[in-house]
Amino acid sequence: MSNYPLLSLAIWTPIIAGFVVLLTGGDRNAPLARMLALLGAVAGFLVTIPLWTGFDVAQGGMQFVELQGWIPRFNINYHLGVDGISMLFVILNAFITIIVVAAGWEVIQNKVAQYMAAFLIMSGLMNGIFSSLDGILFYVFFEASLIPLYLIIGVWGGANRVYAAFKFFLYTLFGSLLFLVAQMYLFFQSNGSFSILEWHKLPIELGPQIWIFFAFLIAFAVKVPMWPVHTWLPDAHVEAPTGGSIVLAAIGLKLGAYGFLRFSLPIVPDAAHELSGLVIALSLIAVVYIGFVALVQADMKKLVAYSSIAHMGFVTLGFFMFSALAIEGALVQMISHGFVSGAMFFCIGVMYDRVHSRQIADYGGVVNTMPKFAALFMLFSMANAGLPATSGFVGEFMVILAAVKFNFWVAFLAATSLILGAAYSLWMYKRVIFGDVANAHVAELSDINAREFAILGVLALCTLWMGLYPQPFTEVMHASVTDLLRHVAISKIQ
Amino acid sequence: MFDNFVIPDFLPAAPEIFLATMAMFILVVDLFVKDSRRTIVFVLTQLTLIACAAIQLYTSTGEITYTFSNMFVDDMMADLLKMFVYLTMIMVMFYSRAYLFERPNMNKGEFYVLALFATLGMLVMISANNFVTIYVGLELLSLSLYAMVAMNRDSLASTEAAMKYFVLGALASGMLLYGMSMIYGATGTLEITEIAESLYRGETNKTVLIFGLVFLVSGLAFKLGVVPFHMWIPDVYHGAPTPVTLLIGSAPKLAAFAIVMRLLVSGLITLSQDWQGMLIILSVLSMAIGNLAAIAQTNLKRMLAYSAISHMGFMLLGIVTGVVSGDARYALNAYSSAMFYVIAYVLMTMGAFGVILLMSRAGFEADQLDDYKGLNKRSPWFAFIMLMIMFSMAGVPFFIGFFAKFSVLQAVVAAGYLWLAIVAVLFSLIGAFYYLRVVKLMYFDAPEDETPISTGMDMRILISANGLAVAILGIFPQVIMSLCAYALLRSL
Repeated sequence: MSNYPLLSLAIWTPIIAGFVVLLTGGDRNAPLARMLALLGAVAGFLVTIPLWTGFDVAQGGMQFVELQGWIPRFNINYHLGVDGISMLFVILNAFITIIVVAAGWEVIQNKVAQYMAAFLIMSGLMNGIFSSLDGILFYVFFEASLIPLYLIIGVWGGANRVYAAFKFFLYTLFGSLLFLVAQMYLFFQSNGSFSILEWHKLPIELGPQIWIFFAFLIAFAVKVPMWPVHTWLPDAHVEAPTGGSIVLAAIGLKLGAYGFLRFSLPIVPDAAHELSGLVIALSLIAVVYIGFVALVQADMKKLVAYSSIAHMGFVTLGFFMFSALAIEGALVQMISHGFVSGAMFFCIGVMYDRVHSRQIADYGGVVNTMPKFAALFMLFSMANAGLPATSGFVGEFMVILAAVKFNFWVAFLAATSLILGAAYSLWMYKRVIFGDVANAHVAELSDINAREFAILGVLALCTLWMGLYPQPFTEVMHASVTDLLRHVAISKIQ
Repeated sequence: MFDNFVIPDFLPAAPEIFLATMAMFILVVDLFVKDSRRTIVFVLTQLTLIACAAIQLYTSTGEITYTFSNMFVDDMMADLLKMFVYLTMIMVMFYSRAYLFERPNMNKGEFYVLALFATLGMLVMISANNFVTIYVGLELLSLSLYAMVAMNRDSLASTEAAMKYFVLGALASGMLLYGMSMIYGATGTLEITEIAESLYRGETNKTVLIFGLVFLVSGLAFKLGVVPFHMWIPDVYHGAPTPVTLLIGSAPKLAAFAIVMRLLVSGLITLSQDWQGMLIILSVLSMAIGNLAAIAQTNLKRMLAYSAISHMGFMLLGIVTGVVSGDARYALNAYSSAMFYVIAYVLMTMGAFGVILLMSRAGFEADQLDDYKGLNKRSPWFAFIMLMIMFSMAGVPFFIGFFAKFSVLQAVVAAGYLWLAIVAVLFSLIGAFYYLRVVKLMYFDAPEDETPISTGMDMRILISANGLAVAILGIFPQVIMSLCAYALLRSL
């Protein structure tokens, strides 16, 4: 199977489909644009399946590698490959793209072709990020993926969309520019190579390592986002259309975390060890403080946005404890968060489409009019709180277990997330869903239709599958994580 | 009496000679052409430029050839830059056609003839190997441009801009001349290659040289339009009729790059320590003031003027980092990155002004930022082209602007100026804001003016090609990058 350029297909299928969708032109052809977009998204997902089936779980290195010269002048290559860490995200991304196209099916009536095209192109670009093994190729995809999301927030977003779109773009650009300078430094240190795998072997003194680490940290911390550079995320989430929020939460936030694993830990391991305390402290602040912030939100989307930051705090915490259990737990948490937060945002979108409000206070007693929806929403709220048997539990539990070995107080603070998560998720659920019918709007609600049910149903199955039987996921990543840790344990200072 | 007279080799200057002849011929032809049949002049102008490009290609040897008693040089760098000048001028003429034909008071033969003379000036600058040649080329270019800025005689803004440009331009030429005379005083020659040799031998008076250098750099800085010699740029860009702004903003940057290379790198490389310090200051100031002031603009032409200042500042970084404390390992890399930057910038700026010309119609200039509100609704395709150009200028991949910034930045990092690289990226972050704002106006806002775009098919095709080139050369930048590197390798 690996004779086919599967990764190139995974990247370019959705992008080309996106441009084809653009060709359908104005809203007269909206039904055609929707069909083509769905076709493109499904095709994009199908080409990623062989990545899973043809993956050799025993091997920790890169698979499905493609290497072509791109800009020989600077030794920049079109170098693709996935390991057990990135492969899962390529598939998750392709899967979420289908969800997003379906989620915008009826809701988006304005510039449908452009909307669908933006998501397809973004999906391809993000697959590019996860499969790049060349620093500049990574950077190019990393930056280019900002453009579609900027447009999605700005064109189809809410009232304050312009502010949110600019904040999102400039924040992320700021982080990545320093990352670019760091890459150039590495280019000259390694005698002219932009290959990430070469950089993994490159010896660097501790001083430069620290600087590079900070350049990486700024780039990825903004993207994750970590406290205190998280403030763009609630704005972006609140203003983005439902589809934008789903992609941002499910995939967008994973890009930063993935960057830590691909760049920070293996390229500057000594600095990572040296500064792990800082990252752990920031992560714990995200878990505890942002957890409390989430508790007091009146806007449902904001609440889920803050809960995403708290969950991503768990992920970065897991990465910097340098144990296989913690990193695998963090990765499981990332994938689970992709399903759960995507579903949460979709649920909020379902209610918003009917009532045109995201305020918790405008709801109450939704269960009386939307029982099927209430049941599914319940599952996702529980998963968001980390209830056992849902995917949300597995990752958090693994990270907390690893933390107990690492340091009791870290584990103690991390574990508060289970309480806080339950508090903000379930309290919101209670206020929105239970109780008496709050107002006339709620009384008129109609339950979810077949399309919405299908989307939530599929996401529910994924959540339960990961919660009950996470082995297929951990099995895929195990060899690569072990490899990574072996690599990180070796000092690069000579 | 004519014993010492050797007939010079005309071949290296064949395109220039042809261009000069044709410009004068067109001037005469125009006398017999009625206003309503100006198309003849337009076609002749375009044919002249195309023929020049053909002659250039045909006569190019790839060797360094000196002629006219070493006053004129033809090398690969000159050939490449000249080809881009022809290409740019042909595009400029096509972009300007509809605008001029809609405004009969400006559609005079003079526009075409002056444009050709300006082109000639640029060609002479690019091929100059002598202070006098540089000066002649520069004045030919500048005087043509002064007149062109004032083309629209009834416009107060144009007249003011022309006056300002003329006065400040004359001052800058004076400074340049003063600097040249001092260097002549110190070295005893006007010829650039001889100056380099004489400096290398080290038998010169350093004080006079440095004084000369300061004036020379100031004069060059004015012509490039970098801070603090930038004051004319916003007013001229804003006041000049858009086709003239397009002309000023595009091809002359290539010529300016060439004289910077000839004067500072070929001639005064021994003094690189001294002029590098000056250029770093100019560069950082330009990036700062250019990007910050652009944010406050409400007029697109003025915004692009400040953006031009910041881009020229960025380009200078490539020239600064060529030779660092005597180490010339990365020189070729740095200079070719600057050259690539200029070419990429010219391509982008042509597209941006092209869109302004596309949107404008009789009695409507389309130069306010608000005129672009909701362009995506009126014309999704051209909004997309403008979007690509704006993101390219902001330095976002996959567009050529990213690789232009990338190649200069890597040269800066290679030279060990990490702090300069960080300053440069931080200012380009600020710059991203105002480019994003144009995208915001086009995509996020509702249109105020629903008039469909009425410009002809040729313009639409060319702008589309221009916009797509920004994207395609951004995905495959290697071709132009290696052309630049190869041309410089064969010329330095």
